[in-house]
Amino acid sequence: MTDSWRQPRRLLLLALGALTVFFLMAPTLVVVPMSFTASNALTFPPEGFSTRWYEKMLTDRQWSTGFVNSAQVAFLTAILATALGTLAALGTIRGRFPGRSAVNALILSPLIVPVIIIAIGMFSVFVRWKIAGSFVGLVLAHTALAVPFVVVNVATSLRTMDRNLELAAQSLGAGPVRTFRRITLPLILPGVLAGGLFAFITSWDEVVVSIFLTSARFRTLPVEMWEQVRQVVDPTVAAVSTTLLAVTTTLLVLVFVVRRQPAAR
Amino acid sequence: MSATRCPVGAAGGAATDRPDRPDRPDRPALVLRGLKKSFGDVPAVDGVDLEVRQGEFITLLGPSGSGKTTTLRMIAGFTRQSAGTIEIDGVDMSHVPPHRRDVGMIFQNYALFPHMTAAMNIAFPLEMRQASRSEIKRRVAEALALVKLEGLGDRYPRQLSGGQQQRIAFARAVVFHPRLLLMDEPLGALDKKLREALQLEVMHISRQLGATVIYVTHDQEEALVISDRIAIFSRGRIEQLGRGEDLYDRPVSLFVADFIGESNILRGRFERDGDGGWLTLDDSRWRVGAAATARVALDGDRAAALVVRPERLRIVDADDAGAVATAAPAVNSVEASVRDVLYLGSTRKYELTLRDGQAATVRQQVGGDERAWQPGDRVRLAWAVDDGVLVPIRAAEAVSSGDLPARTRA
Repeated sequence: MTDSWRQPRRLLLLALGALTVFFLMAPTLVVVPMSFTASNALTFPPEGFSTRWYEKMLTDRQWSTGFVNSAQVAFLTAILATALGTLAALGTIRGRFPGRSAVNALILSPLIVPVIIIAIGMFSVFVRWKIAGSFVGLVLAHTALAVPFVVVNVATSLRTMDRNLELAAQSLGAGPVRTFRRITLPLILPGVLAGGLFAFITSWDEVVVSIFLTSARFRTLPVEMWEQVRQVVDPTVAAVSTTLLAVTTTLLVLVFVVRRQPAAR
Repeated sequence: MSATRCPVGAAGGAATDRPDRPDRPDRPALVLRGLKKSFGDVPAVDGVDLEVRQGEFITLLGPSGSGKTTTLRMIAGFTRQSAGTIEIDGVDMSHVPPHRRDVGMIFQNYALFPHMTAAMNIAFPLEMRQASRSEIKRRVAEALALVKLEGLGDRYPRQLSGGQQQRIAFARAVVFHPRLLLMDEPLGALDKKLREALQLEVMHISRQLGATVIYVTHDQEEALVISDRIAIFSRGRIEQLGRGEDLYDRPVSLFVADFIGESNILRGRFERDGDGGWLTLDDSRWRVGAAATARVALDGDRAAALVVRPERLRIVDADDAGAVATAAPAVNSVEASVRDVLYLGSTRKYELTLRDGQAATVRQQVGGDERAWQPGDRVRLAWAVDDGVLVPIRAAEAVSSGDLPARTRA
């Protein structure tokens, strides 16, 4: 009886869901066929099939330097943000000190403050410090943006971890450092790794802060794309976009795989 | 458990045995003095003094929120006391961090490290003490044998049943011969049958190892079975400390009488008369023995209660006053009517109503020559004067405590 009117409702729901997914995905996925076009113009639908734009991406020095720069910045950002974010999460979850929630809010603020404001602020300070446009400056900036993702991931792992395990380790003779290394860290590792991957992705496709903090001599891939699109619309951009997309997607899939590892029982 | 002493650690293992600690049975294993802990303005533990002998099995028993777990956590070092001192094996541990207290702890949820096998869990405290590889191997095997789980060392905690996990937790807590073994409701998560079996096992292995155990539970039957002495906690203090029999037969307060076992409680006013005295309630009065008054230093004429255990009461015919008098010379009695008869196999339990509406309980062995009574029978409940325990009624208990409704008095 209920089935008769539940069935059309289910169909409607499915259609709505599919439409939503389409709206979300289509603008992103449209670059994939475009990158395999045989023509010289960035058009949709693409004409013919060729991989020559990928060849150009790999042989062009500007693109390949951008790629290497991005990878290096993202890698270092991930390491720095993971270390700092894990410690920050430990402090705000396990620690007991006045103003703990205020500190937590401060750490998470890059998630809320508009990126353009962060970019302008960092730019003016970094210029004074003479690290604007440098590798170090960009890594520091991206680390600040990426730390909240690590904190959120690690904090979730810490909250679900049984506190008694740490107490048990202490009663068995392990001091704070050994308790962390032998018990806490292995159990929150999925959260730490997920946080690290998020940090990598954050840096990998970040463009606003990067535009302010890069220079003609030092550019990351998204900034390079931004510059190129403004000058010549060449299908290489589509090829680069597709590559960027592939890397990000792979990392996100990895995040889910890592998160599914059983942490504690 | 077999009677042979388990060899764990008996043969000198250099790293974890303690040659510097000669057996000194005269030195207490644990001394708590004026221990206090408050969370904000709320006192959780409000002045606990306790001395535990070497090899003793002490249970901290009380309702939730009575301060027993907080006390245990302060002994372990997980919670810093607000005031007072903790001395373990003659050493002041009041400000020593938990990993240097040398105290084994067993948790209700086992707290086995999920990323380590059972054997790795047991090896953990030995590794922390830099024991050699070969010694770790030997002692882990011995500990597994002690808890009868040989061959399960390679299993991960999630591959073990609840009872097996708690045995591994037990092995892990004793393998390094801690000065104290602390247990926080370790059997609380297990079903009744398994719990009862493990109670005996915990008791036997602890005795075998000569371990000093501080055990926390809210289960009074478990406490009676397992302990040498029991400390009854109430409102952050130890209300009474003693052997199970002491607590059951001679409670010092209504709270203890009510918490341990079933009690019939008669409230009234106490009047001293020679060595003993009388408890009067309206036109009834009951004799109080000399022993009861000696223990409870009571002045004359004040609120008090007489506690009589259900198995100490006898039911006699209401009209047969002669039977009461001849049953024993020093016998008290009170009128009652039978409300329910519950057959429990080995015993028969009578629920009765006293003349003033209060409830009473009587337990009788089945198979004796006692007469079986029917609901509605009018009877008298009789008890030997010495079986009645006199306890003072404190102001706070005057209205609330006890399973009997308070009587309004003229």
